[in-house]
Amino acid sequence: MKHRLSKARINEWFWGWFLIAPTTIGLIILNIIPAIQTFYLSFFKSGDFGRGNIFVGLENYKKLINDPQVWGAVRNTLLYTLLVVPIGVFISAIIAVLLNRNLKGQGIYRSIYYIPVIATPAAVTMVWRWLYDYHYGLINYVLKQLGLNPVNWIDDPNIALVSIAIISIWSSIGYNMVLILAGLQEIPKVYYEASNIDGANAVTQFFKITLPMVSPTLFFVITTSVIQCMQVFDVVYMMIDVARPSYDRTVSLVYLFYNNSFKYLNKGYGSAIVMVLLLLISIITVIQVKLQKKWVNYIS
Amino acid sequence: MTIRSKIYRVLIHILLIIGSCVMIMPFVWMLLTSFKTASEATSMNPFIFFPPKWRIENYIDVIRQNNFLRLYYNTFSMIFWNVLCAVAFSSMAAFAFARLNFPGRDFCFGIVLFQMMIPTQIFIIPQYLMVDKLGARNTIFALVFPGLVSAFGTFLMRQFFKGIPAELEQAARIDGCNIGQTFLLVMLPLVRSGLVALSIFTALFAFKNLMWPLIVNSSTDYATLASALAKIQSAYSVKYNILMAASVLAIWPMILIYFIFQKQFMQSVTTSGLTM
Repeated sequence: MKHRLSKARINEWFWGWFLIAPTTIGLIILNIIPAIQTFYLSFFKSGDFGRGNIFVGLENYKKLINDPQVWGAVRNTLLYTLLVVPIGVFISAIIAVLLNRNLKGQGIYRSIYYIPVIATPAAVTMVWRWLYDYHYGLINYVLKQLGLNPVNWIDDPNIALVSIAIISIWSSIGYNMVLILAGLQEIPKVYYEASNIDGANAVTQFFKITLPMVSPTLFFVITTSVIQCMQVFDVVYMMIDVARPSYDRTVSLVYLFYNNSFKYLNKGYGSAIVMVLLLLISIITVIQVKLQKKWVNYIS
Repeated sequence: MTIRSKIYRVLIHILLIIGSCVMIMPFVWMLLTSFKTASEATSMNPFIFFPPKWRIENYIDVIRQNNFLRLYYNTFSMIFWNVLCAVAFSSMAAFAFARLNFPGRDFCFGIVLFQMMIPTQIFIIPQYLMVDKLGARNTIFALVFPGLVSAFGTFLMRQFFKGIPAELEQAARIDGCNIGQTFLLVMLPLVRSGLVALSIFTALFAFKNLMWPLIVNSSTDYATLASALAKIQSAYSVKYNILMAASVLAIWPMILIYFIFQKQFMQSVTTSGLTM
């Protein structure tokens, strides 16, 4: 009996190893080794004209600390995140709350708000670039009709980052809204009925029932949005070429990483920039997890 | 219903309709511009909203310069292989992580979590160097390469497998199924909604991804719709009527798929949000 049991166990082991093998081997080759390699590469200068990489020690990191463009990219990325996440999540939450009251056409609204999520950022940015066009864009035309001054949405260094943030907010509302709406619909109706009997008004209900009950969903939405925003590339890349006057004030860390690694072909420096990104995201994630205890309610 | 709450409802509808217009307007403008001539698109006085004549010249122009059939083929082959790999490998691994006991399980699951916590840009340079060394630049394989396995998919599917009651599995084992049969015949059909969600996520991610195809397939013959748009934009710079035609050509397949499988798209978002 004991022998048969252990045979069954060994059988289970083999099935386990067999089933996880493709994923585990794939992750080691595609992700674990590359992550170590990128860290290693950040201590090298990529050789010119096919010469091998040259070990430069901390040179890339020293250069990075004295590179105003890197600090600019850190600033741009953080500022962009600070614009997109709070405003985006706030608007999504309001729409979700409005949709949550058994409204006629709820499904239709939800589908419409979700369309921008489906579209390729490359195409989406192209049409927004056209809407933002200084001379012929629809937005400036409307502003002029309203008697306002046209805005240089793309080339004004003080405004370009806001223009980019608007595109990102617009294209992420649908996704966040669907998630928050699902969270709202999970709240048992009894809670509201009971508090109605107790004479609670809508505002009290929102802060005492809705917000605490939906806080895990909100936390999920906020953390995923922050991580996505910190990695912004597509929209900035499609909107601002390197030659634009607003480039320095909009370039994100990942865009800078792309340019250094694949345009200027200095993969060592590119790797060092990615390490900065990793550090930043780690710090922010730790802060978020710490803060989470203060405001997120998990029932179970 | 009181009059006050009726007015309230009408106000909410007005707000939501304005919001809907903001969401759709860029697409409408894309479509309208794509049927205009350059001078109609840039005419300010009078401002031309609807194209006076619906011309398809822009589409002909952009299709003549860029092989869109090829782009559709590249993009959807990439999506097909990515979805297939994600679904097959992730559900296998997820089942083992959720349901089986074997040495090294938690360590290997740690690798999955590690991948999910790290920004993907960290993997890109070495992945590119690997593709380069394999001589596989400008191939469909290069596009599929980083998505051969999916940590996200494994994590997601593990949550689904964990939700299945143990009795079902035990019943199958008593009926004489081995572990592989239990997985394929009993467990896999029960996580169908998870597989659908994973397929949609993988397809959308691949469809929207810009950086990887840009890096690895510089030849336009192996570009995807997204990376080709970047090249088309730099080629036509401010000829927005032509750029808009290219954008329409690039987004319509996914929008069509979305309208057909709307319910599944919505469920994929909500299930992922509630299980993660």
